[in-house]
Amino acid sequence: MQTTSDNAFQSHYMPNTPQERAEMLRVLGLDSVEDLFADIPQEYRNPALSIPPPMSELELKAELEALAKTNHDTKSYASFLGAGVYNHFIPSLVSPLINRGEFLTSYTPYQAEASQGTLQVAYEFQTMVCNLMGMEVANDGMYEGASSLAEAALMACRITGRGDICVLDTVSPTYRQVVETYARPQGLQVHVLEARNPHLPEGAACLLAQYPNYFGYLEDLASHKVATHERDALLVVSTDPIATGMFRPPGDYGADIVTGEGQGMGVPMSFGGPYVGLFATRSEYIRQMPGRIVGKTVDTDGKTGYVLTLQTREQHIRRERATSNICTSQALLALAATITLATLGKRGLRQVAELCYHKAHYAASLISRVTGYSLPLKGTFFKEMVVKCPTSPTVINERLLESSIIGGLDISHIMPDCMLLCVTEMNTRQEIEALVGALSEFSR
Amino acid sequence: MTAQQDHRRRLLMDRSVPGRVGAILPSLDVPAQELPDGQLLRSDLDLPEVTEPEVVRYFTNLSQLNFSIDTHFYPLGSCTMKYNPKINDEVASLPGFAGIHPLQPDYQVQGALEIMHHVQDYLVEITGMAASSLAPLAGAQGELCGILMIQKYHQERGDSHRLKMLIPDSAHGTNPASAAMAGYHVVSIPTDSEGNCDLKALKKEATSDLAGMMITLPSTLGLFDQHIVEVCRLIHEAGGLAYADGANMNALLGQVKMGHLGFDVMHLNLHKTFSTPHGGGGPGAGPVCVQPSLQPYLPAPVVERRSYNGKESYTLVTPEKTIGKVSASHGNFGVLVRAYTYIRTLGNVGLRQVSENAVLNANYLLTHLKDRYHLPFDRPCMHEVVLSADWQKGKGVNGLETAKRLLDYGFHAPTMYFPLTVDEALLIEPTETESKETLDLFIEAMKAIDQEATETPDLVKGAPHTTPVRRLDEARAARQPDLRWQRKAEEDANS
Repeated sequence: MQTTSDNAFQSHYMPNTPQERAEMLRVLGLDSVEDLFADIPQEYRNPALSIPPPMSELELKAELEALAKTNHDTKSYASFLGAGVYNHFIPSLVSPLINRGEFLTSYTPYQAEASQGTLQVAYEFQTMVCNLMGMEVANDGMYEGASSLAEAALMACRITGRGDICVLDTVSPTYRQVVETYARPQGLQVHVLEARNPHLPEGAACLLAQYPNYFGYLEDLASHKVATHERDALLVVSTDPIATGMFRPPGDYGADIVTGEGQGMGVPMSFGGPYVGLFATRSEYIRQMPGRIVGKTVDTDGKTGYVLTLQTREQHIRRERATSNICTSQALLALAATITLATLGKRGLRQVAELCYHKAHYAASLISRVTGYSLPLKGTFFKEMVVKCPTSPTVINERLLESSIIGGLDISHIMPDCMLLCVTEMNTRQEIEALVGALSEFSR
Repeated sequence: MTAQQDHRRRLLMDRSVPGRVGAILPSLDVPAQELPDGQLLRSDLDLPEVTEPEVVRYFTNLSQLNFSIDTHFYPLGSCTMKYNPKINDEVASLPGFAGIHPLQPDYQVQGALEIMHHVQDYLVEITGMAASSLAPLAGAQGELCGILMIQKYHQERGDSHRLKMLIPDSAHGTNPASAAMAGYHVVSIPTDSEGNCDLKALKKEATSDLAGMMITLPSTLGLFDQHIVEVCRLIHEAGGLAYADGANMNALLGQVKMGHLGFDVMHLNLHKTFSTPHGGGGPGAGPVCVQPSLQPYLPAPVVERRSYNGKESYTLVTPEKTIGKVSASHGNFGVLVRAYTYIRTLGNVGLRQVSENAVLNANYLLTHLKDRYHLPFDRPCMHEVVLSADWQKGKGVNGLETAKRLLDYGFHAPTMYFPLTVDEALLIEPTETESKETLDLFIEAMKAIDQEATETPDLVKGAPHTTPVRRLDEARAARQPDLRWQRKAEEDANS
């Protein structure tokens, strides 16, 4: 706790000493710093500020470490929770590289000559996103998966000049809520269609699908493409990039816009953010794409370099006619994803995907043999599945926590007594079998 | 080719050698399961095959091509490039914060919710508002949320004919873009000769179809609007709501509260005012703070503190008439933890000193530079000063060239050609974390460049000369977009 008086407080972040302040004020011909705030009406100045006094690093760190320990984290618990945010392997090199000050403490690369590092990384990121998705062009990243999908829906409406957005009922309910938030104010209509047999209304702008879907299963993108094609609408797919390590990418099925949540690629779960949204499309639609785009060019000496390009789509040039208001995005997390994909590489990403697949299916085969549990959905799933339980999943999860297990998501409000269970490469056989053992206690 | 050139020229895919691996993964410890129909599987995936040391060296070398706060003075106007304390990153990466899932039940993540609740409270206290939501992921998303709240407020009152949003001509581009995303008709309000909002123009536009006005305070001219209370009053009189863009809050921390001045809603940029790293273009966070009238509309979720049997607990709730969710989760939690750590480190006393030193540093630059660079609004500035290079332009050197020349002197350039209302604008924001010695060096460089503009204008026009690349051909980048590595390009290079 700081014991000195206000004026004597000298922060370790601010160099100006009282003597230097006095010297600088003399240059300005002023007596007091107060004089610099003369434009603020006197009656509103210097309000009381009820914030605790300054604190030393040593004390604050101890306090926050203690607070952090009250949370149940994946270091101490085996987790089977997914539903859009996943516990995946993060190579050790990611953190030291993204925490290099030159990456961490720079900003949007408007001054290209002083930002070639950030720009070249963006070009690498765009390359990787295109390759994962099977698409022609990608941007430098969006906020996260849900708003990325919402922006894709808006883009589809701009391209088609239509106002009806169709979304499958197998798309994450929270993603659908975000699409609603973005679409409603523009007077666009959102229609929820049954994934089993989606009938697009005439004049639909697009169909939004998730692949694998919210419940973990692969959507029939080929038939969704036919359905959208018949209406001259666009197929927009939100995907899990890890799944594209083994499954055919949405681009293969003719998707027009592909989005995704990039968190699984080297970004910790951090209670919901910061993450990075993925966004890719066909070349013909590039001028309708939101977000930053980096292009390769040459300098005055003919040397290769990178710049922000096609900026006439963006808010700082086009203002109210921009394709989106997005400005500061999630560049650092795009860097984390790029480093992770570079490290995992062609083989590593496939291995991660296959480890998820085998372990999830192993868990499923054990669970479905426990009396009272079943897998109500049919089809091919990747790393998540719906498990029908003999009792409330919330009750089961409380019991699992006692065995140091964080259970799956209770989705009883969608399917009674069902749990959305996720298994990744991070879950060992021992953890899976411990989970099944604990579940068996509720067997009927 | 030197090693440095090699790092720039060869991309990851150019470095890829079949058979190299960058990570060893565990072997499968469960019985192999039947794979699905081969039709569903992909046959190939173009990702690099490189080793771990190659990845480390490649990215480390790339990082060194950047200017950053850790390495350079970075006076990018309206971006608040202040020092980003290292403790903040360390705390955010603690397993108890980085290793928790957003869908864990509240009882498993009380520590995280407690921090969020404190951040909500602190931001409310700092802004003089009634409530806040930490959901928006960046400043622009905060703007959109604020505008949607204004819209819903009017709609709920049956006042749905209000379709006009006023925005000063000096505003950042996200303001009109956000208003347009909410379906508003944007009307630009000019700036008067003193650098304040033109009251006459405002009165003319403050009509019965007014939804509100978005005001950046201090403005992007670095000026505190001397009639701000009157501006808010005029908006309210017409039935509109006043939105404060808090991008420049670094000037006002502890000096004045937006809520007291008459604003109804505002957003803050935690990556600016509250020191969280800019990351080369994010992540940020753009929490919104509101008066009681807008509280029911806050974006979801917000954290509530509850008392039960004398025990406090925290829970995520959805505000009654929420404008909805803007992301799948609760906000950029890792950024919130950093901002929390910063607020606690500086405390009430330190936060006030932030604005004092930020404003003092900016005025120190103003005083030293106004003889050599045109100062369009000759009055004390707040945390940033807008200068114009139009005197230099008279000598044949424009604002862009002046800014680029600064790179050769080892300074990041100021924001250029913004605000749009000032010709050859150079918007300079030093922040409170820079020392007088650094400011003096920068002043010296700016004066030297002015002299060069007279004596050796070609030197300035050809700048930068010392950066990893020189002036880049942006027209070519836009005309022939090359936006990803392709195998074809590699073959061309080899031929």
